Amino acid sequence: MEEKKHTMTMLVDNQPGVLSRVSGLFSGKGFNIESLCTAPTMDPKVSRITIVTKANPPVIEQVEKQLRKLINVIKLRDMTGARAVKREMALICVKARPDLRAEILRIVDIFRCKVIDVGTEHYIIEVTGDEGKLKALINLLKPMGIKKIARSGSLALYREPK
Amino acid sequence: MKLTGAQILMEILKEEGVDTIFGFPGGAVIDIYDELIKTDIRHILVRHEQGAVHAADGYARAGDKVGVCLVTSGPGATNTVTGIASAYMDSIPMVILTGQVPTQLIGNDAFQEVDIVGITRPCTKHNYLVPSAEAFPRIIKEAFYLARSGRPGPVLIDIPKDVGKAVIDYKPIKEVQLKSYNPTYEPNMKQLRKVVDLVEASQRPVIFAGGGVILSGAAAELTQFARNVRIPVTTSLMGLGNFPGTDPLWLGMLGMHGTYRANMSTGACDLLLAIGVRFDDRVTGKTDAFAAQAKIVHIDIDPTSIRKNIPVTIPIVGDCKISLQHLNQLIEQTDLTDIEKKRQSWLDQIEEWKNTKPLAYKQEDTLKPQFVVEKLYELTKGEAIITTEVGQNQMWAAQYYHFDRPNHFITSGGLGCMGFGLPAAIGAQMACPDKLVIDIAGDGSIQMNIQEMATAVQSGLPVKVVILNNAYLGMVRQWQELFYEKRYACTGMDCAPDFVKLAEAYGALGLRATKPQDVEAVLKEGLAASGPVIMDFKVDREESVYPMVPAGAPITEMLLV
Repeated sequence: MEEKKHTMTMLVDNQPGVLSRVSGLFSGKGFNIESLCTAPTMDPKVSRITIVTKANPPVIEQVEKQLRKLINVIKLRDMTGARAVKREMALICVKARPDLRAEILRIVDIFRCKVIDVGTEHYIIEVTGDEGKLKALINLLKPMGIKKIARSGSLALYREPK
Repeated sequence: MKLTGAQILMEILKEEGVDTIFGFPGGAVIDIYDELIKTDIRHILVRHEQGAVHAADGYARAGDKVGVCLVTSGPGATNTVTGIASAYMDSIPMVILTGQVPTQLIGNDAFQEVDIVGITRPCTKHNYLVPSAEAFPRIIKEAFYLARSGRPGPVLIDIPKDVGKAVIDYKPIKEVQLKSYNPTYEPNMKQLRKVVDLVEASQRPVIFAGGGVILSGAAAELTQFARNVRIPVTTSLMGLGNFPGTDPLWLGMLGMHGTYRANMSTGACDLLLAIGVRFDDRVTGKTDAFAAQAKIVHIDIDPTSIRKNIPVTIPIVGDCKISLQHLNQLIEQTDLTDIEKKRQSWLDQIEEWKNTKPLAYKQEDTLKPQFVVEKLYELTKGEAIITTEVGQNQMWAAQYYHFDRPNHFITSGGLGCMGFGLPAAIGAQMACPDKLVIDIAGDGSIQMNIQEMATAVQSGLPVKVVILNNAYLGMVRQWQELFYEKRYACTGMDCAPDFVKLAEAYGALGLRATKPQDVEAVLKEGLAASGPVIMDFKVDREESVYPMVPAGAPITEMLLV
């Protein structure tokens, strides 16, 4: 069966050890995590965890059921597909030789990102977008030489009814 | 009301109906013990914390209460891990109270500090490190609620020493509210109606019932259902006792060491009603070939059990007892006049399997372990509570002792934990003081928790230990014989204590039989004794458990005697 990427978000109790329960479930059951992020919501007692995982349909079914079984998981949703908006942020430190600086700035402009740090030898670029956009940008910057990269992992929210 | 944490714990334990605790004191729990002795709660002092957890497990299974144990921090806590993992695999309702170093020392590598909440996270239903005395009452209430509701399981509470001492204003908690936890007890009626249709239409149905039926107290409902619709019943190891072992519709146990007729009928059935099971690999063998011709109905309270190992036709999330009650009502409204006639050829086929390949062993001059279990069954009229260790002793107990009632066969099913039987027997005896409780053991397993003999003697618990002594780690030896060209790597237990003298050293009675003709006399004397007894049966060293399905093979491909 074909493996597909799934983005899952869950509301969890904002308590010590909860993230470890969630990530421990993945490692203990042999599920994989492509990215994971977590932060509090408007309710300080509740955090939102977003996990991107890749698996075939029966495994995804197990992942969802096992997550729901955790006492600290309040609500879980699979955000895969078009009904949710998904965004990821990345900070990319790219080598900026004098002859390439203009080209890099043009790319930054096209992708509507921002340069947030400048040095004689580098730019740090802040970019937000979906997975495709980040991939495209990284591909374009690669030939210039990417020194370092930090990615947030995907975040997702369901669209409200129009 | 101003109370200390330790006093609050005692209040809530009483509220939850706890009258027995298995434990072992230590520095971090002195304050709790100091309150415990002021109550009516009986405390069984074990000799090793693993024994406390297995005893609480046996206590929970033989009776109808949550098993409770109390141990200290650090090594006290880590020694409970195996027992917790066993209870988790078998879904046994338990609360484990562990001491912890004082809050301000946590994380400092303090004396006897260990992160037991981190260690037991994957083998508890839930666990807690008590963050403050104020949170303690709610946590204890939640722990008991979680342990016994839904799919039961062990819940651990790690209690820093200062929480036990702290004085707070205590208000009893009436109701537990967990917004994220809401087990589904009521099954979907539409799905159940489909099951009735399938039962009517099927030619070759089989019921496969597991530990979930016992846990929900649904053995009577299951038996009624099976008899009404004339469907033969097999069970998992954990499900033994769900259906009378003496009933004509009984198929015997299913799986790796299941009976020929149970495995063959599951292979040939066109409808498998799986109730309260989780399709362990020891039951299914090769999953693609398991009940390959059947439509499968799976009823379980835990959604993760469904479609985890085996694809099913009709999944039903719900409590086994409630589901079976509904099914029985639906069946009452169904016309079943032809059911006898309709089932006859299927039941004839099963009868033929039973007669041609019965459960059997070679009758020779040597003392056969199966013979000991058969004799034990005969002498106890099948009424004893049997606990087992793990390995051949466990399988022979499951095969040759026939269970007519639930909660009478207590074994470490999922984890397969050697050293389980003796402490579990101690727990079962506490739950059922008037019952005969017998641990069917091997010489290897019994030595894993033999120290609990002292617990039995000190607490006046007359448990009987039947050792099927082959001086081997017999089940591994059997695999080595069958699949590793008889290379018996490290399975010989040539040096063992004299179990008769050992029993005497503990202040118990020790008896021994070496010949078949001695068995009855030894069993009679041992079972009649008023205190704990070890009976050492020197059995045929290289006897193996049959039928056997090689690991990963279809369950219809059995090695027979």
